[in-house]
Amino acid sequence: MTDIAIIGGGPAGLSAAIYAASLGAKVTLIDDGLELGGQLIKQTHKFFGSEKQFAGIRGIEIAKKMIQDIKEYDNIEAIANSTVTGYYEDEVITIVQGVNGDILKKLKAKRIIVATGALENMLPFVNNDLPGVYGAGAVQTLMNLYGVVPGNNILMVGAGNIGLIVSYQLLQAGIKVEAIVEALPRIGGYLVHASKIRRLGVPIYTSHTLKEVYGTDCIEKAVISEINRNFEFIPGTEKELEVDTICLAVGLSPLSDLLWQAGCQMKYVPELCGYVALRDDNMKTTKDKIYIAGDVAGIEEASSAMLEGQIAGLNAAVSLGYKCDNYQEQDKKLKAELRELRDNPLSEEIKIGIEKALIRGGRD
Amino acid sequence: MRIKEHPILEFNQKEKVKFTLDGKELEGYKGEPIASALVAAGIKVLSRSIKYHRPRGFFCAIGKCSACLMKVNGVPNIRTCVTKLEEGMKVEIQKGKGDFN
Ligand SMILES: Cc1cc2nc3c(=O)[nH]c(=O)nc-3n(C[C@H](O)[C@H](O)[C@H](O)COP(=O)(O)OP(=O)(O)OC[C@H]3O[C@@H](n4cnc5c(N)ncnc54)[C@H](O)[C@@H]3O)c2cc1C
Repeated sequence: MTDIAIIGGGPAGLSAAIYAASLGAKVTLIDDGLELGGQLIKQTHKFFGSEKQFAGIRGIEIAKKMIQDIKEYDNIEAIANSTVTGYYEDEVITIVQGVNGDILKKLKAKRIIVATGALENMLPFVNNDLPGVYGAGAVQTLMNLYGVVPGNNILMVGAGNIGLIVSYQLLQAGIKVEAIVEALPRIGGYLVHASKIRRLGVPIYTSHTLKEVYGTDCIEKAVISEINRNFEFIPGTEKELEVDTICLAVGLSPLSDLLWQAGCQMKYVPELCGYVALRDDNMKTTKDKIYIAGDVAGIEEASSAMLEGQIAGLNAAVSLGYKCDNYQEQDKKLKAELRELRDNPLSEEIKIGIEKALIRGGRD
Repeated sequence: MRIKEHPILEFNQKEKVKFTLDGKELEGYKGEPIASALVAAGIKVLSRSIKYHRPRGFFCAIGKCSACLMKVNGVPNIRTCVTKLEEGMKVEIQKGKGDFN
């Protein structure tokens, strides 16, 4: 039995754990990665976002600091390399552990915070199941966590921030990036990043997408093609590239299986990149004892994930009777900071999405 | 292949360990995911799909996509992207659903 079970140890889960534990709640944090930290432990670049939430610091450093903080609380039990596979009535979750996945544990919690993050999107193209097609997260894991070269010559698909950042990280690791293709007519990520990459000799083809890859047992070449405004291939514009690796950076979807299973009311919100649970401004879902935070609540970024984690951690702990001396003030402060963070033109979509997923006073 | 030099990261490689892939001896680092040791050794095909036996490789790296399911020490369907490499592990390319033989 634990007070609060937190599923996922990325920035959202770690922040929730620290906040709830600081108020005295007994917290169990479960993460299925080999190490805690979620996406953060792969990010070698300095973060954008809120200064109060570590902007300007490299992702890997932020993770180190938070993991250190976690260790300082006796009332946080952190379990890494363990997957939460199911939700049962009355806040019981099942946890699978062990090299062979042969240890099954049950845990009962008074509150659950789901902070499972996101899953990378796949793209339809001929032979997209060949070895050598990786998600951008996987490329980062190999290269930044384990120092392994994912391939010799890479085609990056997607010129949003992730595509641009991972391309740059590949170049830093001495790996060749043949080109970046982007289906939209313009680059989605920050232009400073794009020009840095172009200066290093990597072409960025907008209004282009990946059509096919070929090879026996692994990729030997890729065919890209220009597309029109309706995203249809324009015949005769195909180009062949000699690449052995495709890196897909075509967006993420909230990893919300456990929330479906728990019976939370879900809604498809395109601005949040998929199905998300409806929530109130305390990050509580339509299930009284289940909270959400981070990318699972809508694909956004680490600073907002941390703030949502803190809001969920605070409110879950207080709902259990743990005292926060100046609760009203703290709660207001966190929510104001989150609003401030989203108060820029780049967050317009997110704000529209959150409006659609928000429950105001009572149930939706 | 391993990254030799990096402007930001240092890979303080830990202990080297030996393991086998379908009986062939390979080397990796203790505690890294089995699948990353395989990619570093130039191995791309980790399993074969159930119906058409198409090759499957490393894809998501977070234990979600099933492309890296392999037989490890006789046990099938091990997610090798989130399972730590240990000395003497017997790793086998899995065909289809896998079996205990
Ligand atoms: C290349 C790249 C660059 C980025 N750059 C920036 C940036 O500069 N600034 C910024 O603010 N943001 C950036 N982001 C975004 C940021 O990393 C994410 O928004 C943030 O990590 C989301 O945090 P999270 O805690 O919700 O999810 P995650 O970090 O994804 O963590 C979720 C954790 O939950 C675990 N988990 C999932 N399911 C289960 C389960 N069933 N059982 C147990 N554990 C589970 C996962 O393994 C993972 O460890 C970047 C992302 C990428 C990919």
